[in-house]
Amino acid sequence: MISITLQVKNIAKEFNRKKLFENISFDADAGSAIAVTGKNGSGKSTLVKILCGLLEPTRGTWVLTVEDKKIPHEEYYKNIGLVSPYLNLYDEFSGIENLDFIAKIRRLQNPSTIIESVLEDFGLFKHRKKEVKYYSSGMKQRLKYCAALLHKPEILFLDEPQSNLDSEGISVVRTYMKQQRERGILIFATNDEDDLSYADAVIKLNSLNIEK
Amino acid sequence: MRAIGLSSYYVLVKEIASELRTRYALNALLMFVVTTLSVIVFSLGSEHVPYEIYCGTLWVIIFFSAMSGLSRTFVTEEERGTTLLLQLITSSNSVLLGKLFYNVILNFAITLITAIAYLILFNDFVVRTYSIFWLTLLLGSVGLASASTILAAIVAKANSKGTLFPVLAFPVLVPILLTAIKATILSVEGGMFNEAFPDFQVLISFTIVIIAVSFLLFDFVWKD
Amino acid sequence: MHYLFKAASAVIITFVIIAGIGIPMVQGNHGFFEFPFIPGLEEKARNIFFHVPIAWATTLAFIMSMIYGIQYLRKQDIEYDLRSVSSAGIGMILCVLATVTGAVWAKFNWGAFWNWDPREVSIFILLLIYGAYFVLRSAIDEDGKRAKLSSAYSIIAGITVPFFIFVMPRLMGGLHPGSAGDESGKGPVLELKMSGMMLVVFFSSLIGFTILYFWMYSVKLRANRIEHQLKSQE
Ligand SMILES: Nc1ncnc2c1ncn2[C@@H]1O[C@H](COP(=O)(O)OP(=O)(O)O)[C@@H](O)[C@H]1O
Ligand SMILES: [Mg+2]
Repeated sequence: MISITLQVKNIAKEFNRKKLFENISFDADAGSAIAVTGKNGSGKSTLVKILCGLLEPTRGTWVLTVEDKKIPHEEYYKNIGLVSPYLNLYDEFSGIENLDFIAKIRRLQNPSTIIESVLEDFGLFKHRKKEVKYYSSGMKQRLKYCAALLHKPEILFLDEPQSNLDSEGISVVRTYMKQQRERGILIFATNDEDDLSYADAVIKLNSLNIEK
Repeated sequence: MRAIGLSSYYVLVKEIASELRTRYALNALLMFVVTTLSVIVFSLGSEHVPYEIYCGTLWVIIFFSAMSGLSRTFVTEEERGTTLLLQLITSSNSVLLGKLFYNVILNFAITLITAIAYLILFNDFVVRTYSIFWLTLLLGSVGLASASTILAAIVAKANSKGTLFPVLAFPVLVPILLTAIKATILSVEGGMFNEAFPDFQVLISFTIVIIAVSFLLFDFVWKD
Repeated sequence: MHYLFKAASAVIITFVIIAGIGIPMVQGNHGFFEFPFIPGLEEKARNIFFHVPIAWATTLAFIMSMIYGIQYLRKQDIEYDLRSVSSAGIGMILCVLATVTGAVWAKFNWGAFWNWDPREVSIFILLLIYGAYFVLRSAIDEDGKRAKLSSAYSIIAGITVPFFIFVMPRLMGGLHPGSAGDESGKGPVLELKMSGMMLVVFFSSLIGFTILYFWMYSVKLRANRIEHQLKSQE
């Protein structure tokens, strides 16, 4: 297992001076599974987006270290994967074309074998040549998992991991969650009791909505 | 550097493949050129007008087709929610570079088509110095496309994207448009190649400055 | 501090108005407390004391706005955005004033309110840029995003202005003193055969309008800060 740590210190986010959350601090290292929970609109997705380096927090710092090397925020994309309701794949391309594009742009070695194996795992192999606009929402969610896992990220972020999935899909996701813990860090935002019990630390966001 | 080059190449390829499949921009742009050209042909009839008018309207068509086509690269990503995907798989610089190349190619193609149509349709529009003419078309459309790309990235993050783009772009593009029109007039008047040199210098330095600033600013614009 | 600003600019500008309009213009020899009669400009020369300093203050306001925009991008502190937008707002008012004083002058000197002279076109483009800047701001709901995108736009627009100033005179003959098409051979404003007293009034006016800008800017900034705070307490 590689050495990887994520240190989050006092993160706070405000939109238009309205506080969404503040003082979020935690440490995670290889093997950790951290859950973020809270009511709708409490800021789970926002926190995940910040940790992925895609949104500036109002205050606070967070540091990702892989093999004792501090990763600059603009290079997080190399080390992370994200599955989120706000993420969409290209409608006009087929499943395999989307993954092909991602593998190429990430310059993965042996892309076709990796792509085939994730497609197989998520039961999309027979739909691989269909354009994504003809996918059901569950199939789209599965394809997002494929997209996030291609490069075997050191940190995997899952925002609402189960959304739109059937029980078979959920069990595949569970296996991958387990695998992720063996490889690095898993961070997921959810309100599902089963998922929460799987985490070894839970960050609870309670709607602050305190005005400054 | 090599990494940016390679991944921006894939962004460009993706952009072209997507355009060929969906025809979001291309068909609309071609129809735009055809309609505006026919309006000009109908309104001129068999009148003889000064050649400056032809040079001006040529760039008016190029400008407005740029306004309707070049913002799509970023706006479609934002509308379809694929921005997040690109943010997650590659660096902002590769995205900017890829989209910049795409816009340059698209804009230059439209510019060429419009210019050739002008040469064929209007007998009064006679270019005497072709070297100035083609180089102006190239430099002018590259400049237009470069400035439009970073502005499109800004517009894509705002509401009322469609109307906003020309409003933001026009004052920024005025120096390019005026210089390009002037050089085109020179090519019709049969000026010497080196007479157009100062104009080329303006077009080239403008493009370089805009692209440099684009790279400095793009990360702020691209990430939320 | 603010009282000092207010008082100083009120005193100086009052002096400029009284002296600029009241001091008589004489032909031939003139004493220190008289203005020379400049052929071609005549009594219209008095507008120099208003038009040129306002145009200078406009430029100052826009440059300050751009600098605060850059500061915002570096520090991501909303305070800089408030400064940037306050300065741009004042700049817009001054820009309209410069256009109006210029148009009046143009009417009596060149025969029409608007002649598409390079500098007239430049100020028109400046109005368009800041018009676009405020339209962009109104099209973004979230304040961090608004600050970021409008700063980026003002930088992009700002760097094209020098090109503009360089390109325009090459394309069309100018009417302003000192530009290429000016055949009467009058130099730029400062060489305009200004007498000692004219220079005193002119530089007082420059200082007066500069202080006026800073005072208006600080009032606008405080108003914007309060407005911003109120919005967050809804
Ligand atoms: N870009 C934004 N601008 C303004 N408000 C936002 C923005 N993004 C999110 N919010 C607000 O932040 C709150 C939290 O959103 P989100 O993080 O999606 O919550 P959750 O995922 O916990 O349901 C919402 O009330 C939303 O209105
Ligand atoms: Mg959410």
